[in-house]
Amino acid sequence: MTETTRTKGVSRRTLLKGTAGLAGLAAGSGAITGFPYVKSAETKVLRYLGTAVNEGDDISKQCLKDTGIKIEYITATTDDVTKRVMTQPNSFDVLDTEYFSLKKIVPSGNILALDARKIKEFDNITPVFTKGETPGGKKIGGQGTAPWKVLYLEGKDSKKFATSATEFVTLIPTVYNADTLGIRPDLIKRPISSWSELLNPEFKGKASILNIPSIGIMDAAMVVEATGKYKYADKGNMTKEEIDLTMKVMTEAKKAGQFRAFWKDFNESVNLMASGETVIQSMWSPAVTKVRSMGIACTFQPLKEGYRSWASGFCVSKGVSGAKLEWAYEFVNWFLSGYAGAYLNRQGYYSAVLSTAKAHMEPYEWAYWMEGKPAEKDIKAPDGSLLEKAGSVRDGGSYEDRMGGVACWNAVMDENDYMVRKWNEFIAA
Amino acid sequence: MDTSEDILQQASPGLIPGSGTARAAKVTRLSPSFISWLQAGPMMLVFLAFFLIPLVFVVIVSFWDYNEYQLLPAFSGRGYTDTFEGCIAQLPDLCTIAKTYLKTLKLCFLVWVITLFIGFWVAYFLAFHVKSKTWQMGLSLLCTIPFWTSNVIRMIAWIPLLGRNGLVNSGLVKSGLINHPLEWLLFSEFSVVLALVHLFTFFMVVPIFNSMIRIDKSLIEAAYDAGATGFQTLVNVIIPLAKPGIVIGSIFVITIVMGDFITIGVMGGQQIAAAGKIIETRVNALQFPAAAANAVILLIITFLIITMMSRIVDIKKEL
Repeated sequence: MTETTRTKGVSRRTLLKGTAGLAGLAAGSGAITGFPYVKSAETKVLRYLGTAVNEGDDISKQCLKDTGIKIEYITATTDDVTKRVMTQPNSFDVLDTEYFSLKKIVPSGNILALDARKIKEFDNITPVFTKGETPGGKKIGGQGTAPWKVLYLEGKDSKKFATSATEFVTLIPTVYNADTLGIRPDLIKRPISSWSELLNPEFKGKASILNIPSIGIMDAAMVVEATGKYKYADKGNMTKEEIDLTMKVMTEAKKAGQFRAFWKDFNESVNLMASGETVIQSMWSPAVTKVRSMGIACTFQPLKEGYRSWASGFCVSKGVSGAKLEWAYEFVNWFLSGYAGAYLNRQGYYSAVLSTAKAHMEPYEWAYWMEGKPAEKDIKAPDGSLLEKAGSVRDGGSYEDRMGGVACWNAVMDENDYMVRKWNEFIAA
Repeated sequence: MDTSEDILQQASPGLIPGSGTARAAKVTRLSPSFISWLQAGPMMLVFLAFFLIPLVFVVIVSFWDYNEYQLLPAFSGRGYTDTFEGCIAQLPDLCTIAKTYLKTLKLCFLVWVITLFIGFWVAYFLAFHVKSKTWQMGLSLLCTIPFWTSNVIRMIAWIPLLGRNGLVNSGLVKSGLINHPLEWLLFSEFSVVLALVHLFTFFMVVPIFNSMIRIDKSLIEAAYDAGATGFQTLVNVIIPLAKPGIVIGSIFVITIVMGDFITIGVMGGQQIAAAGKIIETRVNALQFPAAAANAVILLIITFLIITMMSRIVDIKKEL
């Protein structure tokens, strides 16, 4: 025993020496790099709070190169981003969040509306956000927290959403997409065309839905409506009775063993699908891409009832003012100027200003991602890895078809509290 | 609260060895009780600042009201009444909270029994069958292997093993023992218990081993000389003397499992309710008072279980 104590002591001492050395090194290097810092007290730094969707090293590097603004990412899940805005509004400068969070964030008074006149490309933002229709004129479903319902505020410090366009914008849109069910065509071996297939007993023990109440309930509502059991006035704002009915249908399916598992994050959804544990489930576009890049067939299946859509954008913290606010405008303007938009389009998302993104993409890329045409050449991800071979066509086709087919948007309901309780009951059933 | 003070009082005589008191008395003439407060003080302050005060806040917030985006500091029992919603109206059916706690307690009990059984025998082997200290150390370190990787990776690793197309199922199908893959191997209570046992047996091994290693070997020789069989020695000598370790290990395992929602979530395919999961869902929906109320309930139930266990064995006396 004494022997082991002694060795322990020695190792601890060495460790201490080691750490002391490291600390010294750190202090030393700090002193060296500290020098130019004093001179460049004006280094433009913005703390950027958001989910991982818009955040990429390539984007922040390019931004630094083009504008001299250094972006410090603070990455969190959608729920945690909202939590942070509520509880620590001074811990970030720029906020990247989803439109449905606004129903919680705006009344808290912790964010600052941006001035539309200072956004260069504001008039070129796709009409999806401003009018609720595609550039081709297709009307988009507005159930749930559709962006155009919460895009404007009545005044600079107002906490009320304006019904018509004003110059005070809650979130400058950046990225959005249309979500649907992911399937394994190699295991299902027949066409799938309706959300109701999620509850088809044929897939007993092989289906999944996501366990994030505010999004899961929307997918559940799409399913219930597709089975013909009920037609909602607004899926994104259910009454208590409608919530009860939706959860009853899902609970019966759960008790009958329809679901293999529920998933909570990106990687879980990829694992379930790739391992064949599930063959049909709610899914996000990049997760489908990830499964495919593993060499496993997976389709982001367009369905006749339409897509569930989401969108996110930028605003700034209430605590931002002066020069920092100008940098924030500069950053948002840069983000809409094309590089970032093209980057997002290449990942299968959509950019808010289409014209500038198009200018930063190769014509064959644009044709594949946005026009639904067969790929002329191999399609590569932003990091250069192969996504699709030449000749393949994007699931769901063109921008017009996909965004035009949106039926509802991610939402926060008036009965959110009741819904969360019912969701817990569903999990416990 | 009173536990900590009790421990302090219990600990103080042991903390001041005879020579130490003598020297202290000679130099400064501080009263022994003051010195023991001084010695226990730092730990007490840490405990106060990082445990008791936050706990008091949790209890206070649990009685607040809330709306979509903020806490309303007005007294409200809503967090609690919402939690027990339907517990009387739905009878004889169980309400959500009752179902959740029954499930959590069941999982907790299973994990406790299994980790105790495995942990006891691993510790027994290490303490009585492995003679050299080096080997004892080496083998104890082996027990920590499950902790070398992250929680998430460890759990994801079960899918290729237990999944529908996993190693176990394909092995069984190929050997002709079964025709269809066993679905209950993964995303079931079985897989939850398996993963929890795999993770937490170590917490049972260490305290039990620690108790066993301190058992005077001459007691065992005496039992042997008095004609006791191996089984009698185990039941009448070893188990009673290892009791403090057993209780400490049990407290570790029970408190961890009662509050767990990540392992239960991933291994149960998010389809199994857990007390911790309710809290997480509420926090994510920004319903902090409701989350706090659930945390208080969980704390009370866990505390009751531990109180019951310490009734069986007086740990303070045994230490």
